[in-house]
Amino acid sequence: MSRRDRLSGNEAVAYAMKQIDPDVFAAFPITPSTEIPQYFAQYVANGQVNTEYVTVESEHSSMSTCIGAEAAGARAVTATSSAGLAYMYEMLYVAATSRLPITLACVNRTLTGPININNDHSDAMGARDSGWIQIYAENNQEAYDNYLQAMRIAETPDVRLPIMICQDGFITSHAVENILLEDDAAVKAFVGEYRPEAALIGRESPLAVGPYDTCPYCMEHKVMEAEAMKNAKRAILDVAADFERTFGRKYGFFEEYRMEDAEVALVLIGSTAGTAKACVEDLRAKGIKAGLIKLRVFRPFPMEEIARALAHVKACAVMDKCEGNSACGGPLFAEVRSACYDLPDRPKLINVVYGLAGRDCPVTDIERVYRHLMRILETGETGPLYIHMGQRTAEEEVL
Amino acid sequence: MPYNHKEELSKPERFVGGHRLCAGCGAGIVARAMTRALDEGDKAVICNATGCVEVSTFTYPYTSWEDSYIHSAFENAAATCGGVEAAFNVLKRKGKMDGANYKFLVLGGDGGTYDIGFQSLSGAMERGHDMTYFCYDNEAYMNTGIQRSGSTPRFANATTTPVGSASTGKKQNKKDLTAIMVAHGIPYAAQTTFIGNFKDLHEKAHRAIYTPGPAFVNVMAPCPRGWQYSAEMLPEICRLAVETCVWPLYEVIEGRWYLNYMPKKKLPVEEFLKTQGRFRHMFKPGNEWTIEEAQKYVDTKWEDLLEKCGRDSLTAIR
Amino acid sequence: MKRSAKDINERSPWQEMTPGGEIYEGGTAKDYNTGEWRTHRPVWDPEICKQCLLCAPFCPDSSIPVKEKRRMDFDLMHCKGCGICAAVCPFGAIRMEQEVRE
Repeated sequence: MSRRDRLSGNEAVAYAMKQIDPDVFAAFPITPSTEIPQYFAQYVANGQVNTEYVTVESEHSSMSTCIGAEAAGARAVTATSSAGLAYMYEMLYVAATSRLPITLACVNRTLTGPININNDHSDAMGARDSGWIQIYAENNQEAYDNYLQAMRIAETPDVRLPIMICQDGFITSHAVENILLEDDAAVKAFVGEYRPEAALIGRESPLAVGPYDTCPYCMEHKVMEAEAMKNAKRAILDVAADFERTFGRKYGFFEEYRMEDAEVALVLIGSTAGTAKACVEDLRAKGIKAGLIKLRVFRPFPMEEIARALAHVKACAVMDKCEGNSACGGPLFAEVRSACYDLPDRPKLINVVYGLAGRDCPVTDIERVYRHLMRILETGETGPLYIHMGQRTAEEEVL
Repeated sequence: MPYNHKEELSKPERFVGGHRLCAGCGAGIVARAMTRALDEGDKAVICNATGCVEVSTFTYPYTSWEDSYIHSAFENAAATCGGVEAAFNVLKRKGKMDGANYKFLVLGGDGGTYDIGFQSLSGAMERGHDMTYFCYDNEAYMNTGIQRSGSTPRFANATTTPVGSASTGKKQNKKDLTAIMVAHGIPYAAQTTFIGNFKDLHEKAHRAIYTPGPAFVNVMAPCPRGWQYSAEMLPEICRLAVETCVWPLYEVIEGRWYLNYMPKKKLPVEEFLKTQGRFRHMFKPGNEWTIEEAQKYVDTKWEDLLEKCGRDSLTAIR
Repeated sequence: MKRSAKDINERSPWQEMTPGGEIYEGGTAKDYNTGEWRTHRPVWDPEICKQCLLCAPFCPDSSIPVKEKRRMDFDLMHCKGCGICAAVCPFGAIRMEQEVRE
């Protein structure tokens, strides 16, 4: 039986953690994820969870602790942002190659520097090749719901990959929303128990983890990991289907908003979707066939599905809330563009890099993008492919 | 229980042959002694830092360890172990364990312990995990080719502190990590090496493992390649390290210092230095001052240690 | 499916290897021959040997098997010929000889 309550994104994730009662929690504070270890510590202090809480001295150690715990057969969780994620970068790869389904709550904050505590996606995007499953939330409800699905996805036997559940720092993590919370018993039943086939402790046989892989062996292990990421696509949809059956809310790789007959569309990730949906409604009221794809799952990347969703669109702006420093666009743009490559009638595709380090993106800015796409349709000219939006500049702006 | 050498060596071997450590490697001797100190029937998880031991003792698909083993990275063996220990505590609480007595052992070289691994070691010791950290101290980053570490003694020839016309080797004295570990307030810390029938090492390892809470054991583990001596000289080098007081044998129990061995006749440091090629240059004419400096340093540290242990009380290991 | 190390070698396709490089048994290195490394081999004289077992803990390669307080002959599949045991034996019961190979 769901109930409504007012929680911030951080509170919602901490609450989901409490309901799941993970075995080991190891995290180091960093804004804006700090509240998660704090809320969870209070649950521990009040005896509301049975979790072993390890107050590590750095993020590198928090991921190392999670790796040791998960290999020992325990469910290990952590939370971080920005430089904290960057500090554990080495260990993110180890968690994935050791095939340990650790869950990390990433409260997205821009990577230093100059140092800034506000939201963009550069932290998680920087880890996009690490082998972690990456799922993003638009709002507090999604942050909570994604967290509930995380472990079942990650722990699927032919997946066994770690997973990060992302939400926008401050915008989602600190803003309070009315959301639906599920009851403890239902959550426990949905998430189930963690029982890996092998573990360092508590089994008949010993387990050895983390070999030195000479050249004749290493590539095969990496290929196995790549196959697991492919399997994750199926696992994500399976778990989402069960989530819908159990709790009534539907999830997939992405949300298609007013896309059925859209001629112009945006593809984006995270909280900006809320702003963009408001804009889409305004434009639709004016007769403009505008649509929006809000990507939920970035890793594994749903290449075929995105291509199918964009196949009928005439002009599309891929919005990157992080800088890729590629000199030709951000990471989401590169991957969406690649997805569209084989379409017989590709949409005209541009990249708008926006919202860096928490730069506000109001509805009026989103409208500028759609109007630009309309101009592209009218003139038949794509124009510049890689555009920044939201910064002060002395140049004349494209949008 | 008094040390029964023959009984201990009759226990089933927990570190098997077939690993790729060099012939005569001191680290291999540590691995055996550490696991031999476990009581029969107890299980262990070995958490190992990247280094000579890791690349040699778990080379896919060959593991030399009969117990569970985990390697994750270079600088975090202690943090990884903290995770395993935390998992054990909670799974036991939740009734998911098999009832066996588990011990959590960390094994790292001086690189992964004194330097890059220092932060995670300090954090784990401070948090008080029930674990034992064994350092096989071969006094340089041996696995990557004998680069200097914080543990390398002054004047040693290392590939990043090579001897040349403008240099007599490493400039700084050896970091006193055992003392730093003691300063963490852990219940047990010790310094030891391979002497006689291994009573010193065994009893310290056993005590460290079975003391609740964090414990640290620093084992001098000579390296024939890096220290430049013929492999069979290892026992003699260990003996000289102890007799010259270069590597005193002591333990610190609940913050009280105990000396375990007082040489009847303290040998001059040259006796130790002359056995190893890494100190060869110190004997070149004109470099006498390096030996004087080395002797002064050994003497100062030895006097300090005697003060800490209480000059009149010499307690043999229990 | 917990594959055994014995079934894994440099010709195994990835489908027959273990995820993450895990190994599900202890001591699989026993099957690896490091005795081939030797240039000198230890020769044990059980007549001279007093079974003091001072050699046994010094072997880095666990190549001096001990059963019920008595040492046995060298495990030549793993002994690397470092010579520490010969140096440490108080009775001269071990001597190092040039390794000979056919």
